[in-house]
Amino acid sequence: MIRQDSKTLLEVRGLRATVNGIEILKGMDLTVKAGEVHAIMGPNGSGKSTFAKVLAGHPAYVVTGGSVLFEGKDLFALAPEERARAGLFLGFQYPIEIPGVANAQFLRLAYNTVQTQRGKDELDPLEFDDFVREKMKLLEMNPDFLDRSVNEGFSGGEKKRNEILQMALLEPRVAILDETDSGLDIDALRIVAGGVNQLANKDNAIVLVTHYQRLLNYIEPDYVHVTEAGRIVKTGPKSLALELESRGYDWVSAAAGAAA
Amino acid sequence: MSSILQNLVNKPYEHGFVTDIESDTAAKGLSEATIRMISAKKNEPAWLLEFRLKAYAHWLTMTPPAWANVHYPPVDFQAISYYSAPKPKKKLASMDEVDPELLKTFEKLGVPMNERAKLAGVAVDVIFDSVSVATTYKAKLAEVGIIFCSISEAVHEHPELIQKYLGSVVPVGDNFYAALNSAVFTDGSFCFIPKGVKCPMDLSTYFRINTESSGQFERTLIIAEDGASVSYLEGCTAPKFDSNQLHAAVVELVALDNADIKYSTVQNWYAGDENGVGGIYNFVTKRGLCKGVNSRISWTQVETGSAITWKYPSCVLRGENSVGEFYSVALTNHHQQADTGTKMIHIGKNTRSKIVSKGISAGVSSNSYRGLVRIAPTAAGARNYSQCDSMLIGDKCSANTFPYIDVRNPGAQVEHEASTSKIGEDQLFYFAQRGIGAEEAVSMIINGFCKDVFQQLPMEFAVEATKLLGVKLEGSVG
Repeated sequence: MIRQDSKTLLEVRGLRATVNGIEILKGMDLTVKAGEVHAIMGPNGSGKSTFAKVLAGHPAYVVTGGSVLFEGKDLFALAPEERARAGLFLGFQYPIEIPGVANAQFLRLAYNTVQTQRGKDELDPLEFDDFVREKMKLLEMNPDFLDRSVNEGFSGGEKKRNEILQMALLEPRVAILDETDSGLDIDALRIVAGGVNQLANKDNAIVLVTHYQRLLNYIEPDYVHVTEAGRIVKTGPKSLALELESRGYDWVSAAAGAAA
Repeated sequence: MSSILQNLVNKPYEHGFVTDIESDTAAKGLSEATIRMISAKKNEPAWLLEFRLKAYAHWLTMTPPAWANVHYPPVDFQAISYYSAPKPKKKLASMDEVDPELLKTFEKLGVPMNERAKLAGVAVDVIFDSVSVATTYKAKLAEVGIIFCSISEAVHEHPELIQKYLGSVVPVGDNFYAALNSAVFTDGSFCFIPKGVKCPMDLSTYFRINTESSGQFERTLIIAEDGASVSYLEGCTAPKFDSNQLHAAVVELVALDNADIKYSTVQNWYAGDENGVGGIYNFVTKRGLCKGVNSRISWTQVETGSAITWKYPSCVLRGENSVGEFYSVALTNHHQQADTGTKMIHIGKNTRSKIVSKGISAGVSSNSYRGLVRIAPTAAGARNYSQCDSMLIGDKCSANTFPYIDVRNPGAQVEHEASTSKIGEDQLFYFAQRGIGAEEAVSMIINGFCKDVFQQLPMEFAVEATKLLGVKLEGSVG
């Protein structure tokens, strides 16, 4: 929900980044305020996922220019784990498997780390078990998930639900969900989107990175941004997504090219 | 982030110091005269000298094994001192009489044995450069008929047991290093659990090599009679030296009918520096004989130290329905080389064995699992299950698995599973994105990886082992 008086959570200015020496982000600008839902759309290779990873601090990417303020502070002064503790969450496009580490143990450590950061009490394994089971209901998850290794042998849909479960536990200020809709069947999409909607409130913000308009039927964005060659070239209301769905991306590129 | 991984493994060795105790060290070199000297120093009976000389004669005909996947310059066996003992003083009756320097060493190692032994209820037979210095809880164990003492002492006080069992599992000519050990062993532990006795506490020995260039040749013999059971713990650290130190121990276990022996090791000897200079050569022969029906021998090892590890704790399953187990975590870093595994020799009917091996390689190290499962024609109904998993940290290390399976009975069932995984930067990034730092992440991954083995360790040891892996990998991520 757009409100003029809400606080700015994320302010990206002229962000440039490379991977393996190749420049992918070529001057991204984005302002995200509390209570808002943003959708970033764009063709393959336009820098959407890179943008998400750079914000979270993936070591393969090198920031070469620009600035990012997270709640007014320099995001790049923080290590990846510090960004997470400060409330920046990345829902992974391909959550990695971690064999041998029980999901319950992993979730509890992540939860307690963030709680400690916020000056709140940690939960012991029994308390946490009750707490996490409650959150799992939100996503219609089977409690078996807790005993399995992190993401190991999970189906695509299970992995995505596990991501949103982590978002529910960590209560981030800004959640960037990288193609959370990919690989989901229609039921899973409904459940995952329902979870995200319940977690959205006036104090946090959600940035959806997606290829398809489909997800936006379930999670209504306040803004739709279109990326092209490492830049946001067009921003509009929700209706822009529908237009992209019917017309493709080419007309945006052409218009951006003409404007440049 | 690979530098993160590199750093996690680079914590300097903390136990590098030499205790300043006067040593009685023999001149370097090995000959029949050396062996006679050792035997005389130890005031041994004639049959033991014969045992040694027979082993020496065998050894002279043998060459060091070359089949292992480890590489090092040839060892000059004439450049080693074969006997080193703290200057003999009067016999020690209590801990108060132990050299304070020695106690300080244990302090540094985190083994405040006078307290720890009591608190933990562990009897510690301390080996300090080959000679046993103090034995605690001996009296308490004696009440139930358990003998737990140094092997030198046992030679004098229980010669009939030593004569009967010494070399009965690992014959004097078994292999190059076992023959060498049989010829020159200076001390070690002896443990005897009589019929029907369940040992009321875990028995523990801390080994420590102290004098530079003194070869260490411990000899351990554990016997569990009918229906007896014992859990034995062995833990090791060594001071930091630049010249390589040879260690060639022999451990023999004998389990009679319905007996149960559990042998756990946490090994953290000096592994050499980051460039591979120095470190212990650990060439050990460990073998257990399940002699009686329904007997069981279980080896658990956590190997984190030594420049080179050559070690295959094995089980000979002769008794019907006997069970052999091997649980291993071997961690190598920097230039360490490990070739370790087990042998399960099934002879009796319906014998079973289980092998769980976890190898972790970091730095430029090489880590090999080598195992043999042999099913003899007599071993009808024998079963084996083996699981060998390797984990790589960084991209300059290597992991190998060499499973040998030799089945001569058509009714046997043998299963082997293997996997290789890698701690990658994407895994660490995933943890980081959830607020969890790299060290904690690696520790969690490694502990998860080793879980099946750690579960086998006695509680106290399991905690120690978990910490040890953490320390060993500290700084390799960061």
